[in-house]
Amino acid sequence: MADVGKAAPQVSDGGRVEKTLLRAKGPGDDKIHTWPHLVRAEFICFLAVLAFMLVWSLLVDAPLEQPAAPTRTPNPSKAPWYFLGLQEILVFFDPWHAGVVLPSFIIVGLMVLPYIDINPKGNGYFCYADRKWEILTFFGGFHVLWIVLIVVGTFLRGPGWNWFWPWEVWDSHKVVAMSNVDLPYLFGFRDYTLSALFGLAVVGGYFVLGTGLMYWLIVRAKGREFMERWGMARFGLASFLFLNMIAVVIKLIMRMGFNIKYIMVTPWINI
Amino acid sequence: MSKWEEIKKQIVESPVWQSIFRHGYDDTPRNRVLMVSGNVWLHLHPSKVRRHGIRLKFTWCMGGITFLMFLITVVTGVYLMFYYRPVAEYAYADMKYLEFDMPFGMLMRNMHRWAAHAMVIAVWLHMFRVFMTGSYKPPREFNWVVGVILLVLTLLLSFTGYLLPWDQLSIWAVTVGSNMARATPLLGHEGPFAEFAGVNAVYDARALIFGGGEIGPHTLLRFYILHCIFFPLVTTLLLIVHFWRIRRDGLSGPAL
Repeated sequence: MADVGKAAPQVSDGGRVEKTLLRAKGPGDDKIHTWPHLVRAEFICFLAVLAFMLVWSLLVDAPLEQPAAPTRTPNPSKAPWYFLGLQEILVFFDPWHAGVVLPSFIIVGLMVLPYIDINPKGNGYFCYADRKWEILTFFGGFHVLWIVLIVVGTFLRGPGWNWFWPWEVWDSHKVVAMSNVDLPYLFGFRDYTLSALFGLAVVGGYFVLGTGLMYWLIVRAKGREFMERWGMARFGLASFLFLNMIAVVIKLIMRMGFNIKYIMVTPWINI
Repeated sequence: MSKWEEIKKQIVESPVWQSIFRHGYDDTPRNRVLMVSGNVWLHLHPSKVRRHGIRLKFTWCMGGITFLMFLITVVTGVYLMFYYRPVAEYAYADMKYLEFDMPFGMLMRNMHRWAAHAMVIAVWLHMFRVFMTGSYKPPREFNWVVGVILLVLTLLLSFTGYLLPWDQLSIWAVTVGSNMARATPLLGHEGPFAEFAGVNAVYDARALIFGGGEIGPHTLLRFYILHCIFFPLVTTLLLIVHFWRIRRDGLSGPAL
């Protein structure tokens, strides 16, 4: 077969192959040929993962329960595991917020990430020192929040979406004291309008003060020059998304630790 | 020259052979480039990569594994489509038929389901690796955006597939998931400001997904078409864009 290669000179590539070869010999170039180096690695990985999936699928059967019965609701009724983090947030937020607004923020937040992050360092290699805050934020949001909520939703939620530790029996008659109160109520607001205004002030204050605090912290840590380079649009978007993420944690603590349900109560939306 | 070698020579030097296979197996630098640039599948790679770009420690292989999981679900999914009818009366029975009567039916279903789950995990790990190596930074910002859309599509593919077995697990899990849609502000009948938009239980965002006010036979057909045609098509298109961008921008790596 050795002479076959020479018998095919009629491939027209406009000299691109030759140019690539010339470039490859330039100084400081650590490039290697995709064939065979990368293709071989991919093929070995392909075979190994395929073999693993085959063995796994031979050993573990995919679940199949009783036929669908629209009149028999299981308790608890759980979404697929990758959405259980969102279902868990339903405990703390209204469905429109937990199911629509927050997922939208997550997706949009991920999309704008490369446009917000103007740090030129840490491009193309693992490092922690150069991008401490970026990594901590992503790690906190992705691993701690997202994964922990999925674990809670999968293993610790039983009938009535009540909390059951792994050693507890799923008792569908578990008695749970409904002692939740809204934050305005806790502060003595009994009037409808006043309590809505108080809630609005707390939520609005959180975002205004939070943005101010973040501005102050970033200027202190990175200097005014950085803030000017970063720009108000990037800072505003980043702090809004970050404050929303922290708000989820705050709601979680307020509900689990202090039995506070809503912070803002209006006839249309509750937060 | 023996008779067999003569025949082989005639075949590989024929215009037909040479129109299909443009180069041989010579181990020359030129041929190594041709191996990639002259092959429509391998062409998605750049012809040369940075040395660190093939290290397991750097890539974790997760992008490739995600794509492999997509391929496994496509192949096994097409097999399943031969035996599965997206009709409420038959869907569950067809699952049992696959399980007990079809050669390799259960294996194909298992592979399809576990590969889908593995794909979700692999996408997350891939994104985590890309984040940790800062590979979304210029010039790869747009490819990160395409990747985020692919993450959403991966979840939607998994979610729409969840309903198809038509068992208790699937309809109730999808009920829970889709109930979010009726809480969409303005577009869902239980969401805020629904009264301004004039939506109701049979005419809102959830009804669009369900094909009616409740989960039912229409939902099954809708999810089947979304799962087998719409989302795979969109995903394939975006995968091409994703790979093509990697090919253009090169694998990420430290500056030389």
